[in-house]
Amino acid sequence: MRGSYERLTIAGKQAVWAWAFLAVPLVFYGVVRFYPTAQAFYLSFTSWNLLGEARFIGVDNYVRLTQDPVFWKVAVNSFEYVALGLPISLVLSFVIAYYLDRVRFGHALLRALYFLPHLTTAAAMAWVWRWLYQPVPVGVFNGVLADIGLPAQPFLRSTDQALPAVLAPAIWAMLGFQVVIFLAGLKAIPRSYYEAADIDGAGAWRVLREITLPLLRPTLVFLIVISSIAFLRIFDYVYNMTNGDGGPLDSTKPLVLSIYQTAFGRFDMGYASAQTVVLFFILLALTLLQMRLLRKPR
Amino acid sequence: MTISLAWADRVAPGRIVAWTVLFLGGVVMILPFVYMLATSFKDNSEVYDLSLLPRHPTLENYVELFEKTAFARWFLSSLLTSTVTTISVLFFDSLVGYTLAKFDFRGRGLVFVAILSTLMIPTEMLVIPWYVMAKTMGWLDTYWGIVFPGLMTGFGTFLMRQFFDSVPDDLIAAARLDGLNEFQIWWQVAMPLVTPALSALAIFVFLGNWTAFLWPLIATSSKSLYTIPVGLAAFSGEYQTQWEMVMTGASVATLPVLFVFILFQKYIVNGVMLAGLKG
Repeated sequence: MRGSYERLTIAGKQAVWAWAFLAVPLVFYGVVRFYPTAQAFYLSFTSWNLLGEARFIGVDNYVRLTQDPVFWKVAVNSFEYVALGLPISLVLSFVIAYYLDRVRFGHALLRALYFLPHLTTAAAMAWVWRWLYQPVPVGVFNGVLADIGLPAQPFLRSTDQALPAVLAPAIWAMLGFQVVIFLAGLKAIPRSYYEAADIDGAGAWRVLREITLPLLRPTLVFLIVISSIAFLRIFDYVYNMTNGDGGPLDSTKPLVLSIYQTAFGRFDMGYASAQTVVLFFILLALTLLQMRLLRKPR
Repeated sequence: MTISLAWADRVAPGRIVAWTVLFLGGVVMILPFVYMLATSFKDNSEVYDLSLLPRHPTLENYVELFEKTAFARWFLSSLLTSTVTTISVLFFDSLVGYTLAKFDFRGRGLVFVAILSTLMIPTEMLVIPWYVMAKTMGWLDTYWGIVFPGLMTGFGTFLMRQFFDSVPDDLIAAARLDGLNEFQIWWQVAMPLVTPALSALAIFVFLGNWTAFLWPLIATSSKSLYTIPVGLAAFSGEYQTQWEMVMTGASVATLPVLFVFILFQKYIVNGVMLAGLKG
């Protein structure tokens, strides 16, 4: 064995080492990533409650999705999380980054203040926000409203306000990430562009529209895709702010909570798998869109 | 004259206003933390008092939290699972990243694309098969069950491959002439050159696992095995009317993260920028 290794060419020896290094990881990726992915697709065509054998039922789960009013509600909610969360967070984070980029004094401290919420445990922050939303005399938000003479708001207890109320901390946590990415993008714009614009006497607004934003395009595309995916996958906040049921009356229930309840509350594994496949294809479409938009123009 | 102009330019009123608004915005961003911490030091009679600072600060809530609930145990669970995962990810992701960056062998491109493609698979799609696997193997409700899905990551492999790419080939060839085997070259020569990347990856993986919620929620059912976020969710549901206790639990979950952030701010922010630009 030793002898045969010694007789190998340098390239041959390299290949032996490479596959030796990759052996355990390849088993891991096969068993813990690829096989489960295939299984999720397979299960989506079955009816299975974890007991006994999964029964193949073709596309029935997918047909059921289209006829399930709760799933439609879930799809609309998920869309709302993205449609509200994406523009609000991006506008806020861009404005913050745009001004923060010019600040030298205390730059790191200011950046830290905005970034901190991004790192912290969402489950813990969900409970903090839930507390802030409580009715008087407990909740801070309603306390402030009362102080300035405005009527108390139900927030998490109202079918209209609950979704934005759950989304707010998710946006709050997302801002720091977006600000940091925007800052990196802004820093990458060569100073000479601004100097040239200065000589031309272009105003701040024109510089923003004609230099900064176009040159930030890759950053923007990246953030739009990453943030959409994040808002689409919202779970920790909803679970912790609504007792895990996405209420009141399913008004806050997003796709991932629906998957969780279907699989681990009702053990309807096939139907839950079909929902994960839907999520997979939405994420795939977003990723492909990003690759297409970012392809270097020739 | 030029100096005073530059000075005037720097402290122009517009800039002061912008700075002040940014600062106030930053303060608003951390207000939830401030409220959380302040309330964790209040006793029950003061919770309904909206004033920020406790009048009679007390550590009573922390004492009660650690004496009456399993928080200490959950803290250790989180520490254990996050540490084990981080060590495994650092080892395997850098080993695979190095192999893909520095070895020339047939199938390298395919392996790289295969591992990269796992970035497209959402965790939410895998939790059902993982649960089935863990149930079959008897891993449910064990620490191994919590950690096994995260022992290697496509993201870390991709990141480490980029960094090993910039390690000079000559250095590796020289080490080979010195009689080091390939494992020693990776461990003794290449690894020390990528410590900044390793640190950034370590922080991300650790924090990611410290805050992880969905999989630990699914993988554990006995209270003693909960990680902090899962334990906090169960505990808060039970103690809901005692908000000072809920805020104390949330503080205990958050303080290690604040601590890591204050220590490693630069690594973390640079790491995010890097990951963002590479993404």
